[in-house]
Amino acid sequence: MKVTFTVNGTPRTVDVPADMPLLWVLRDTLDLKGTKYGCGVALCGACTVHVNGSATRSCQVPASTLQGRRVTTIEGLAAEANHPLQRAWQELDVPQCGYCQAGQIMQAADLLARNPKPTDADIDAEMYGNLCRCTTYLRIRDGIHRAAAIAANDAQEG
Amino acid sequence: MSTEMRDTSAAPGGYDRRDFLRVTSLAGGGLLIGTWLDFTIPGSLGTGAGEFMPNAFIKIAADGKITIMAKNPEIGQGIRTMLPMIIAEELDVPWESITIEQAMSDPAKYGSQVAGGSTATPTNWDPLRRAGAAGRQLMTEAAAQTWNVPAAELTTGGGAVHHHAKRRKLSYGELTAKAATLSPPDLATVKLKDPKDYKIIGKPIPGVDNLRIVTGKPLFGMDVTVPGMLYATFEKSPVFAAKVASANIDEVKALPGVKQAFVVEGGTDLPGLLAGVAIVADSWWAARSARKRLRVTWADHPTAQQGSAQFAARAKELLAGAPQTVVRTDGDLAAAFANAAAVVEANYEYPFLAHAPLEPMNCTANFANGKMEIWAPTQNPQSGRVLVARTLGIAEADIAIHIVRSGGGFGRRLNNDYMVEAAWIARQAGAPVKLVWTREDDIQHDFYRPAGYHKLKGAVDRAGKLSAWENHFVTFGEGERTAQAAGIGVTEFPVAYIPNFSFGVSKMPLGVPTGFLRAPTSNAIAFVYQSFIDELAHAAKRDPVQFRLDLLAQLNPSAPIPERAAPPMNAERMRGVLQLVAEKSGWGKRTLPKGSGMGVGMHYSHRGYFAEVVEVTVSQAGEVKVVKVWAAGDVGSQIINPSGAMQQVQGSVLDGLAEALKQEITIENGRTVQSNFDDFELLRITEAPPVEVHYRITEFPPTGMGEPALPPVIPALTNAIFAATGKRVRSLPLTRHDLRWS
Repeated sequence: MKVTFTVNGTPRTVDVPADMPLLWVLRDTLDLKGTKYGCGVALCGACTVHVNGSATRSCQVPASTLQGRRVTTIEGLAAEANHPLQRAWQELDVPQCGYCQAGQIMQAADLLARNPKPTDADIDAEMYGNLCRCTTYLRIRDGIHRAAAIAANDAQEG
Repeated sequence: MSTEMRDTSAAPGGYDRRDFLRVTSLAGGGLLIGTWLDFTIPGSLGTGAGEFMPNAFIKIAADGKITIMAKNPEIGQGIRTMLPMIIAEELDVPWESITIEQAMSDPAKYGSQVAGGSTATPTNWDPLRRAGAAGRQLMTEAAAQTWNVPAAELTTGGGAVHHHAKRRKLSYGELTAKAATLSPPDLATVKLKDPKDYKIIGKPIPGVDNLRIVTGKPLFGMDVTVPGMLYATFEKSPVFAAKVASANIDEVKALPGVKQAFVVEGGTDLPGLLAGVAIVADSWWAARSARKRLRVTWADHPTAQQGSAQFAARAKELLAGAPQTVVRTDGDLAAAFANAAAVVEANYEYPFLAHAPLEPMNCTANFANGKMEIWAPTQNPQSGRVLVARTLGIAEADIAIHIVRSGGGFGRRLNNDYMVEAAWIARQAGAPVKLVWTREDDIQHDFYRPAGYHKLKGAVDRAGKLSAWENHFVTFGEGERTAQAAGIGVTEFPVAYIPNFSFGVSKMPLGVPTGFLRAPTSNAIAFVYQSFIDELAHAAKRDPVQFRLDLLAQLNPSAPIPERAAPPMNAERMRGVLQLVAEKSGWGKRTLPKGSGMGVGMHYSHRGYFAEVVEVTVSQAGEVKVVKVWAAGDVGSQIINPSGAMQQVQGSVLDGLAEALKQEITIENGRTVQSNFDDFELLRITEAPPVEVHYRITEFPPTGMGEPALPPVIPALTNAIFAATGKRVRSLPLTRHDLRWS
């Protein structure tokens, strides 16, 4: 079936099976490889993107539901790779293998958009479903705090 | 004197002076520095000492651009960052100025390119420093000749040679033409930097791929795209290595998007190509969807009756008798037990474990004009080449392997089953194919950490010292053969520390693939031995740290150690980290309420020394919460990249906690029960306690960080649970245990 939806601000039309998950539409149809396959059943969070602004497991979103939706992926999170989370992740050297990190960042971006100054408990509650096999969790927690500080600083300067 | 001690004085003797360095002019200007180095660990045995291989290429372009080849596979251990750091330091170029290029798999050029065994640091530390220093010396000499001044008047920095007396400088790029005409320096005598002058080594350097990771650029095996590429899925028998009896191939072929579907005959060697049905389609989703309609009847297989319950029952029978093989006996056990102040007997066991790296197994292959090209997220490309060559009947020289970043390895990708599958399917499909496993394929077709079963009997004498130790270990294998990663090293502590000692082994057959999981064998042995030592400490009414310190002082230097063995543990280094972790954790300084406790564990593996303390709370309902972990490590004279090192230590510790808390693979009817992250759970952010890391810097050469911090945390946790509740955990994971108390 043909569906038209917005990906990182650009309208895209794809002709794919109705049950094809957004994850594979992004990866294999639109060649946006940043969104990762980890489990296929919403157990790991590696495929997290924003659909209409909310963190969503793209492996659970069939193409048939995409018409008119707004999808943001890691590639479109910030114009110049300068989202506070992307800066904090590099500054604190968060990634180990790096495979889960796009999903971690997209989940955390949703958190920060709703809660600009999260506590450890807020972070734990929000990030509970995003698995990291390398267990970079300690730096993920620090990275979210750091990103919050960067964003606050940017806002002050701006 | 231990082998480790000899390491410090290991002179770079044995370098073949003619072949130290090859300097080649590059087309269009610039310079290629290829060194011939011996990448064997000084003092190690049987690792091909004496082989000299050209490797460690440094490219200096005439425009000053410097490229350093990253030779090893990156699996999240930070090696693409750390090895180039070593070269850049001695070459004396700014870290920000260099470009890092991933080397292809090419053992003739790069020597061993394996991500395994925490070997990259000890094998590369000396050769790569010398490679960089030789480059720096070459540039200095070129400048000296250009200016006609003594080299001693010159310094380097910022990728240039400086002559401060005349306030002039020449960049390395400008010097390449001259440098190419010089005879290369002698690697054996090339001057290395004084560590106090380091500008890169010892500084926290972030991963070189971080920008690409946080912006979602294609980077991993999963992201490989080749023109004209098709996508494949491959269904194998849930009973390992069973053959295909029949399958509805024609029906599957007719499904949307499916280009081809075929049976792969496969062999019987578990690490090789096994039987299955391949579905090749124009998208992975099409292949995956078609697979849901695939119906395969698998042939009967002799291991279909095996299961975890049967293994445990058979192990119990074997443990009730004498070991099939007595590996070692020291002293007089009967007398020691007769004269003991206390005797403790206990059985321990641990389950199979999966690796479950977050990136499922995948590989892309293209067979054209008799040549195979492979893009593989693998920890061991060369063994994959050998496997593909043998299985497909292709010459090794006709197989090119691109080493692609892996989304985690943990030992899983030391096996290359997915590589040979991709190669086979691509050749038969006649098109480039990307094979992608499902998560279920990954969990159900792993090379599992083998389960194991121990019967232990130990004694403490009237002085409160460990005087006798008897271990009967039941593992998997048949006859002389032991299943992969299912053995225990002959030098494993506490061998030679207890005067009356015996170690015996019995085996049972296994049809389940096993393999190396991060800190292989150590991740199991540390739990058993360090828990049992804790039991003996309590039986002796001694402090568990002091009891261990005393045990470490009991080395019998004349206890026989076989010649072909890993370097034995250095007791002083272990005492050092044990004392350090006790000090940092406030061991014995705090009185904790019931339900709270601290436990200690120590372990030597992969040339690294770690002692760890866990503080835990166990609620009356039996819920375990790890409050904090302290880790103290001795990995030698230099923490090369403190950021990467911290990641590895914290990651190893948390990885160990996950294994202890909740991970288990169960075999039933010859197949794996678990299939995804709902029944094989990974650690979550809510379960990650603070991990405080300390190092003891010693004079020994630096060693690897990927593994040795993992093993001790498991017994530290179970010993803490004993301290908190009085309940002794003798099997893993903790989800098997009722830890309620009142």
